[in-house]
Amino acid sequence: MTDEITLAVLKRTLREGAGADEAVDLDGDVLDVEFAELGYDSLAVLETAGRLSREYGIAMDDDATTAAKTPRQLLELANSSR
Amino acid sequence: MTGLGVTAPNGLGIEDYWSATVRGRSGIGRITRFDPDRYPSRLAGEVVGFEARDHLPNRLLPQTDRMTRFALVAADWALADAGVCLEDLDDFDMGVITASSSGGFEFGQNELRALWSKGSQYVSAYQSFAWFYAVNSGQISIRNGMRGPSGVLVSDQAGGLDAVAQARRQIRKGSKLIVTGGVDGSICPWGWAAQLACGRLSASEEPDEAFLPFDRRARGHVSGEGGALLTLEPSDATREPGTRYGEIAGYASTFDPHPDSGRPPTLAKAIELALADAELSAEQIGVVFADAAAVPELDAVEAEAISTVFGPHGVPVTAPKTMTGRLYSGAGALDLVAALLSLRDGVLPPTTNVAPRLEYQLDLVTGSARPSAARAALVLARGHGGFNSAMVITAGDFRRTQ
Repeated sequence: MTDEITLAVLKRTLREGAGADEAVDLDGDVLDVEFAELGYDSLAVLETAGRLSREYGIAMDDDATTAAKTPRQLLELANSSR
Repeated sequence: MTGLGVTAPNGLGIEDYWSATVRGRSGIGRITRFDPDRYPSRLAGEVVGFEARDHLPNRLLPQTDRMTRFALVAADWALADAGVCLEDLDDFDMGVITASSSGGFEFGQNELRALWSKGSQYVSAYQSFAWFYAVNSGQISIRNGMRGPSGVLVSDQAGGLDAVAQARRQIRKGSKLIVTGGVDGSICPWGWAAQLACGRLSASEEPDEAFLPFDRRARGHVSGEGGALLTLEPSDATREPGTRYGEIAGYASTFDPHPDSGRPPTLAKAIELALADAELSAEQIGVVFADAAAVPELDAVEAEAISTVFGPHGVPVTAPKTMTGRLYSGAGALDLVAALLSLRDGVLPPTTNVAPRLEYQLDLVTGSARPSAARAALVLARGHGGFNSAMVITAGDFRRTQ
């Protein structure tokens, strides 16, 4: 079992893989804010899931990934895939 | 044509580019973007001093090739130059039609390297579109909320004019604003391998001797990156006078028969058809911006086409692309910018370093810039494999003064 994937890891991965919208404060309370509101489209979420998958050696289903609308949902999916 | 945006090897923005071009200042030098030592061609026209993060949102950086960043910025500059207020227009009345010759090669190279060295999990999701021919149109469309007629023209160097012609068709069908032109570039090892395979890259190591179209020493071209984007609006647009650079008066494209067919090439036909479309005579054209292949057989074809239509030494001809290299799909659009600014300022930029062969019978603008009273210009662009395109443009005040 690998370490739990945290919000901090997710935010770092989002920034590395998809950049960050200058108008959004990612360091604020974003756990339940929709990715669209954070400036991320479905491809950005897919890219982020791909990076988490290879970093943690997990497999995240593409359809389930795109169904995750918020950081909390994506983290739940990622951690349940460990 | 109401707004211009330029990212060229010898200048960023229209005034930088134009002042360098009129003065004959070249952007060609030894390749710096990768080590060219082991390649037979080591010169290129590279855009220098461009920091994408100074111009574009952070979100766009992980998903864009270098040439797409140029395109997004050139589009921003063209729209600002035109002074259009996008909020005043319906999303579906605005479109983006660009040309491309190779797509995002450097981005693709990096992802292919990741694929083969580390595995498919390491390939960016953005590879799905970042390499693609239509990516510049798509990204400009998304960035500016332009959801009307859009697309990409892929006809090598002819594409830069073909895209603008397609934009004109959409304006005639009712669109209010089309961002059009071409920005290209693949100065990376993978792109270089592809360009070398065409067999037309100059092997010269001397920036002033490497790209000499119409010269006895012509030995292929230097490749460059960048190009230009323009805003096209209906000529009856209710804009203040003086906001337009000029009009697209005529256009035609032809495709050459197979070289072994015994039938002649068709560039002269393209010129004649473009003049007919413009309802102008050859005498009314004040300057020709040449395709300028710098391959002797192709130079001969172009020189003959020009002297067939205009007569020997019948019209000033220039090729400022000797200062940028050939920009493929970016070339035709950049030449349109140069032509518009020539008409605006009454000056023709030089074809640097070239001493034309006498038998071509061309009145080539060499040495330094030449004063001109031209009110109409012809721009030529040819693509590998037989594409010929010709576009006639007129100054904004042309119809009133002639």
